[in-house]
Amino acid sequence: MTGNSIQLDKNGNLKHFLSTEGLSQSLLQKILDHAESFASVGERHVKKVPLLRGKTIANLFFEPSTRTRTTFELAAKRLSADILNLNISTSATSKGETLSDTLHTLEAMHCDMFVVRHANSGAAHYIATQVAPHISVINAGDGRHAHPTQAMLDMFTIRRHKKDFTKLKVAIVGDILHSRVARSEIHALNTLGVLETRIIAPHTLIPKGVEELGVHVYHDMDAGLEGVDIVMMLRLQKERMRGALLPSEQEFFQRYGLTSERLAIAKPDAIVMHPGPINRGVEIDSSVADSERSVILQQVSHGIAVRMAIMAMTMGRSADDIGETE
Amino acid sequence: MSNEININVLVGEMAEAIQVHCTDRGYDKPLMIGIKRGGAWVAKELHQSLKLSDPLGELNIAFYRDDFSTLGLHPEVSPSNLPYDVSDQHIILVDDVLYTGRTIRAAMNEIFDYGRPASITLAVLIDRCERDLPIQADIIGKTITLNEGEHVKLLGPEPLTLSFTGTEK
Repeated sequence: MTGNSIQLDKNGNLKHFLSTEGLSQSLLQKILDHAESFASVGERHVKKVPLLRGKTIANLFFEPSTRTRTTFELAAKRLSADILNLNISTSATSKGETLSDTLHTLEAMHCDMFVVRHANSGAAHYIATQVAPHISVINAGDGRHAHPTQAMLDMFTIRRHKKDFTKLKVAIVGDILHSRVARSEIHALNTLGVLETRIIAPHTLIPKGVEELGVHVYHDMDAGLEGVDIVMMLRLQKERMRGALLPSEQEFFQRYGLTSERLAIAKPDAIVMHPGPINRGVEIDSSVADSERSVILQQVSHGIAVRMAIMAMTMGRSADDIGETE
Repeated sequence: MSNEININVLVGEMAEAIQVHCTDRGYDKPLMIGIKRGGAWVAKELHQSLKLSDPLGELNIAFYRDDFSTLGLHPEVSPSNLPYDVSDQHIILVDDVLYTGRTIRAAMNEIFDYGRPASITLAVLIDRCERDLPIQADIIGKTITLNEGEHVKLLGPEPLTLSFTGTEK
């Protein structure tokens, strides 16, 4: 759905960041390398660099979010950009303004970047086709389609703990059907060349044709966790459940909840990840979420560095890249 | 021209000059910071020669460059590493070639984001004697003048050599 053509400029630089799908391994590694540099900024006395001073970034959230929005906001502030937080669901559109009018209004305010969260798949992509050439669009989650910055911060977290992707077995567990995170992760893991990606979920929470993405499907959690290096839990998206996909949360936890007993089946040094917010006692046991094996809070910190890297890369293109010379 | 410049000799002279500079001013335990990449190579030599007790710091000024909006993010960005608190410390900042002064401005801005040093002394291997900004070095290995369009670059880290481009020779 999202090809390279719109994400890259004519010189192959990142212009918009809409999906991990179709981006090269070297580009994904470059994002992770830059993020490593930006991570050190957060450990300093002044947690700010002047890179995007004078730029204006608009957080366009058509769907509620706390951690994604605040980490984008912090990332922008640490790059010295000015940031506007627009909670669109409660403002313009409810007064009848069309999306394209909202965008043109923001362009008239001289915004340089839109960070977009929307309930419809493809929304960020659509916006990227509508904006002026100097504006970059970052997808902060669109429907069930993609959440590429989350996937990249997960890759960053994995690389910090495990170094070499090509030796890793990764299990993604839970509500794959509704998960844009899972889709973006699978594409990124494939591109970075992991040994094996497994998805573990009940039949009703696995999208049709997922095997075509090169993953191995398990319905039995114990079998799926055997020998894995990374356990990526997903949130059970109760708000997206329409129809009887699950008997009950209790039964889901019994079959697919991550407990310390189950974690013991994975490799002894396996790490536990979760994009948050976590439902304790639904997909993950509290003792696991709070254990030393859990890197869930590190994921949040890494999210700031990774988003700084992506923002700097999309905005940091020369006048020639943007095509405004002559 | 490059054959006439012996970098080892220059670095040795710079180390001596830094020693005198610090003694004169009573800088007891200065911290040395090299600007990546060339400045860090020179700093490493100076650091060894001066037998400084604190580890060498390295600065990558990519996030502070003033040409970001025209040139974009520098492709070779690796983290800065200042393994100490710079507040109230005497800093010896080292770079390979001093030309416009813009790199030094960016480096000083970055250092101040780590803390407020007591002083900064600038040591450079080569001074091209042309500036866009009012910045000067305290310790200079060698002063050279080049014509417009001519460039000098330090290659390294092993061995350190100067490369001149755009020159006739």
